[in-house]
Amino acid sequence: MPHILSFPKITRRAWKVWYRNMVVFVRTWQVNFFPPLIEALLYLFAIGIGIGTYVKEIEGIPYVNFIAPAILAIAVMNSAFFECTYGSYVRMYYQKSFDAMIATPLSIEDVIAGELLWGATRSVIYVVIMLPVLAVFGVISLPLALLAIPLGFIGGLMFAGIAMCFTSISPGIDTLNYPAFLFITPMALFSGTFFPLTLMPVFLQYIAFALLPLTHLVAIMRMFTLDALSWTVLFSFAWIAIVTAFFCLLSINLMRRRLIV
Amino acid sequence: MPDIIDAQDLKKNYGSTVAVDGIQFTVRKGEIFGFLGPNGAGKTTTMKMITCVSPRTSGTLSVLGMDPDKNPAEIKQRLGVVPQETNLDPDFTCFGNLYYYSRYFDIPKDEAEKKADELLEFVQLKEKGDVAVEKLSGGMKRRLILARALVNTPDLLILDEPTIGLDPQARHLIWEKLRNLQAQGNTIVMSTHYLDEAERLCDRLVIMDNGKILVEGTPAELVRQYAGHEIVEVETSDDVIACLTELKAPFEQTGDMIQITATTDAAREIARSVLDRCKPKRMITRPATLEDVFLKLTGRTLRE
Repeated sequence: MPHILSFPKITRRAWKVWYRNMVVFVRTWQVNFFPPLIEALLYLFAIGIGIGTYVKEIEGIPYVNFIAPAILAIAVMNSAFFECTYGSYVRMYYQKSFDAMIATPLSIEDVIAGELLWGATRSVIYVVIMLPVLAVFGVISLPLALLAIPLGFIGGLMFAGIAMCFTSISPGIDTLNYPAFLFITPMALFSGTFFPLTLMPVFLQYIAFALLPLTHLVAIMRMFTLDALSWTVLFSFAWIAIVTAFFCLLSINLMRRRLIV
Repeated sequence: MPDIIDAQDLKKNYGSTVAVDGIQFTVRKGEIFGFLGPNGAGKTTTMKMITCVSPRTSGTLSVLGMDPDKNPAEIKQRLGVVPQETNLDPDFTCFGNLYYYSRYFDIPKDEAEKKADELLEFVQLKEKGDVAVEKLSGGMKRRLILARALVNTPDLLILDEPTIGLDPQARHLIWEKLRNLQAQGNTIVMSTHYLDEAERLCDRLVIMDNGKILVEGTPAELVRQYAGHEIVEVETSDDVIACLTELKAPFEQTGDMIQITATTDAAREIARSVLDRCKPKRMITRPATLEDVFLKLTGRTLRE
């Protein structure tokens, strides 16, 4: 039996799984297109303009501009995470789609890799839909903010990998609520999203930087949309690259262990 | 002609449970080969090893001349699989289920469309092409799964209980399609609980229990060898039992009936003696079937 961190043999057939999910997504585009659009507007109005009326500026930056990258980063996290937890779990357990797929030349490694790529693609689609809204409100700095699109893929892949690990060990679909509420929701609030990390006690800042993936995604996203690059972008990219590789590999191995007996 | 499947000392353990315990069988080109056995006998596990989705614990296995451990994708490219559980894609229509499934086999778009139409016609679902799969009846779903297993024009078709839960009309239709496929030169491996199905369809079969193959042969051979030609069934009563003991006829008690197995001529003699001397309330004489073989070999105790 291969080791839990062994390098899986993935072929380009993984894209066939990605393609299947893409076809279904495009088929139901009405229900898929509007949530990100509305989500962007809700955040902008409720927090950006609502709270922004009182807060005005953070570190010399207009409050709406400060949270705009956080809106993007949270959307990247949520779309990949929920796609590869609930979405993948439904396809795996209720629809038995994975069983049907591995009866074809696809291997389980191809299937899971395809699911991860699809989760990341969903993040990209969300970013692509949200960016024009933010641009219309003039809260992001173009053209550098366009880098949010490829960043959406990398960040999406990271959260897809983390999500798939939870999916691979979750005894039922209900237990996926635990990571959603205990991990994702707090992270959306305490990763330097709606207020700077520096407001938190120092040890919590260290924890956020060491352990919360969203912290690094928000940090890079903010450098892009505010046109304020610094050398720390390299550190955050390195962190994300390592974590993404680790969890994607782990999730494929865990899924094989769950499904191939 | 090399065998389509060749298994030698094939074993599968799940942890400390032995699911398949060193079985040996071969499947020849063009035949319908059946796996029979009670629940938990190891049929589905064997099928999963053949279809390259469950690695074997030990032994050798060759499918279409290749090793499932080494060339799973190459084997699966030429395999059609009908699983026990219905796993059609609810996000697609009937046509979509066939079309998008053929994409997994790298079949070009035009060819895939043409094939999907042909197969919908083959399983008599032509009018249902644009219908969502959840709108189909159980029988239609099984037919669509059979069609899906054929999108890649497989050399070997593996069916795990293809007619499970179907009404007699739907079963007959599936049987007819399987015979058509065999006539076209396909090799078919199937498992079933329905012994009449096995008797009608299978050229050769094995009966499994507790992970082992108990017997192998053609249905007719097995019936002749293990159940005789005729069965005389008599309703049980103390008088009848006393009478049969006196007649020295070897009998077996099964529930409220007594069974006496015999060759055709002997069965007539026995039936006459029983009728004359034992005064049974009810008695029938019938040809032996595969079901008699099955129950004789695997017992009458309920499984699971």
